[in-house]
Amino acid sequence: MKPSDVPEIVERTLRLGEVVERLLYLDPASGRRVELEEEVPYYKKQLRLVLGDNTRIDPTDIRDYVALDGYQALRRALERMKPQAVIDAVTRAGLRGRGGGGFPAGVKWNTARRARGDRKFVLCNADEGDPGAFMDRSVCEGNPHSVIEGMIIGAYAVGAREGWIYVRNEYPLALEALALAIDQARSCGFLGERILGSGFSFDIGISRGGGAFVCGESTALMASLEGKPGEPRAKYVHTVEKGLFEMPTVLNNVETWANVPKIVLRGADWYSSIGVGDVSENPWGGSTGTKIFSLVGKVVNTGLVEVPMGTTLREIIFDIGGGVPNGKKFKAVQTGGPSGGVLPESLLDLPVDFDRLAGAGSMMGSGGMIVMDEDTCMVDVARYFIDFLKDESCGKCLPCREGLRALLEILNRIVEGKGRRGDIALLEEIAECIAETSLCALGGSAPNPVLTAIRYFRSEVEAHIRDKRCPAGVCKPLLRYRIVAEKCTGCHACFKPCPANCIAGTAKKVHVIDESTCVKCGACYDVCKFDAVAR
Amino acid sequence: MGRIETIRAIETSLESRRAAAGFATTPAAPDAPAVETILDRHGRASAQIIAILQDLQEQHRYLPEPELRYISRQLDVPMTRLYAIATFYKAFRLEPRGRHEVCLCMGTACHVRGGERVKDAIERSLGVAAGETTADMRFSFETVRCLGCCGQAPVMTVDGKIYGKLDHLTVGAALESHT
Repeated sequence: MKPSDVPEIVERTLRLGEVVERLLYLDPASGRRVELEEEVPYYKKQLRLVLGDNTRIDPTDIRDYVALDGYQALRRALERMKPQAVIDAVTRAGLRGRGGGGFPAGVKWNTARRARGDRKFVLCNADEGDPGAFMDRSVCEGNPHSVIEGMIIGAYAVGAREGWIYVRNEYPLALEALALAIDQARSCGFLGERILGSGFSFDIGISRGGGAFVCGESTALMASLEGKPGEPRAKYVHTVEKGLFEMPTVLNNVETWANVPKIVLRGADWYSSIGVGDVSENPWGGSTGTKIFSLVGKVVNTGLVEVPMGTTLREIIFDIGGGVPNGKKFKAVQTGGPSGGVLPESLLDLPVDFDRLAGAGSMMGSGGMIVMDEDTCMVDVARYFIDFLKDESCGKCLPCREGLRALLEILNRIVEGKGRRGDIALLEEIAECIAETSLCALGGSAPNPVLTAIRYFRSEVEAHIRDKRCPAGVCKPLLRYRIVAEKCTGCHACFKPCPANCIAGTAKKVHVIDESTCVKCGACYDVCKFDAVAR
Repeated sequence: MGRIETIRAIETSLESRRAAAGFATTPAAPDAPAVETILDRHGRASAQIIAILQDLQEQHRYLPEPELRYISRQLDVPMTRLYAIATFYKAFRLEPRGRHEVCLCMGTACHVRGGERVKDAIERSLGVAAGETTADMRFSFETVRCLGCCGQAPVMTVDGKIYGKLDHLTVGAALESHT
């Protein structure tokens, strides 16, 4: 749509109530024009409980949120429910932690409520560190009051007076939106002393993270809030009993908190009817509600997708995401961030919920979903995640610090064509040791990217080791760029982008790449219109 | 002697030995009023030390040593702890920065969409590796693990402004306009 289309829209749609056919969304799959937003395939299969209001409210104006039943759940909780009733509702709803672990929120709250302590805290983890995930950023920026209302209700349920939101410093807009929302909530009497005229008082502060992935781990996050380096500690006593400043502490992530007002307002039965499994007796019995995924990578429609738990990978990637672009073939999807794994095409019909993903060797994580096509190398991806985790390991415990370094060393030599026989078994052995003996969940789940690459893409790993070949054409040391004489037209297009000036040849004559000075950047491969550069 | 006094005593003795050996002692005096404003903003609480250092860094774009020493004395927090925090968290820098900060995202989505090749191209264009500053102090080049705008991958920021859908062929030109 262009500014020049506006007169026609005003004339025909606003005045006459007609639809401007030529401006409608064109569905690339069916080739048909779509009239209603809900009918666009990208939105049709989504259920946007948490994200839905993002487009309907101005996050800088609390009145917008209030107009859409905002803070009605808080009013209901304070006026009509005992704290235990709130906890029971959250437990029966089956709400499980959206930050990765999937621990039932109600069970956590219940323990915190019973724990002894002079002060109690509720915390919100907005340190969204998983590379490739940005759902929490979107909620904080687009609908900050939903998170704040959830925290106030949680604080009422467990008996906390103080709350903190721990936000990534890389998210300046989220920081701004949350700070403004807290101010507005305070001036409206939703935060502070004697909230809504009840006997309950609570307030929230914001703490900026310092850029450390490990601070998403509960004990590390709390250490950071205390002004220390964010190193995890052993959890002989859980943080719900002794957390921040040794006091009972409830920590949930942004998306989990944002679900709480919906549950209180619309009831546990409504919430548990969405998703899969039966949580009426056992809060671990299923995965209820919706989950937001950040659908990115080699997929046509990138963006945030919110679907009921139990939706299959195929529905998310192909029906909503529109499949893989440029006619390439789907190869794998990576879920759960660095702690998750890569899942192959054969698992596309897997329903996405906490337990099924874990069963396949990956995990829900915070909801990153990175689609990979045939041009993605699974060894390179595994190496990428281990490199990430090696950098982010805090170094406190040996298996994680040294084990990840050892894994990286082996993966590095594999992608350089120096892999040895037995490397796969060695990777598996070290991975198992890291998973079993690390102090915190960062190490505990760190081997997943390597183990799933071996489990589902073993032949590709073997090709690197045995044949010194990267089938996807990614691993630089294993690549050779050369000109296919029969296809080269001598057009010179590859000369200009070549940073090494290693292409020789006169116009209209076949060019030659000097492999001794080639830096393997692939620029010639990308610009050649005649497929005359081979690798 | 308490723990903090012991550390203080060691620091003082090291300082005098450095001076005796002909090394430069603590350079330039800190901008005390500016630091005081930051300290007051955070209630002079040592639990707020990360926020204090973040504010200090916002002012200077790195953490200058004189200011750190001043904070250490005022809050009675040993330099070792400030150093531990400054080196643990990725956001902190102990060296001065270039005029323009180039920050390339190395998140997963950027990685599978060619982030590594964009990184090579920037390094070739600036002549420095990630984590370094050009000799003319024009650019500092960093990589971060995710800027959280994966739909735009591959992405970089220059002085906070987002440049999306980069490719290795054109990224050099995008940097040229920053003098």
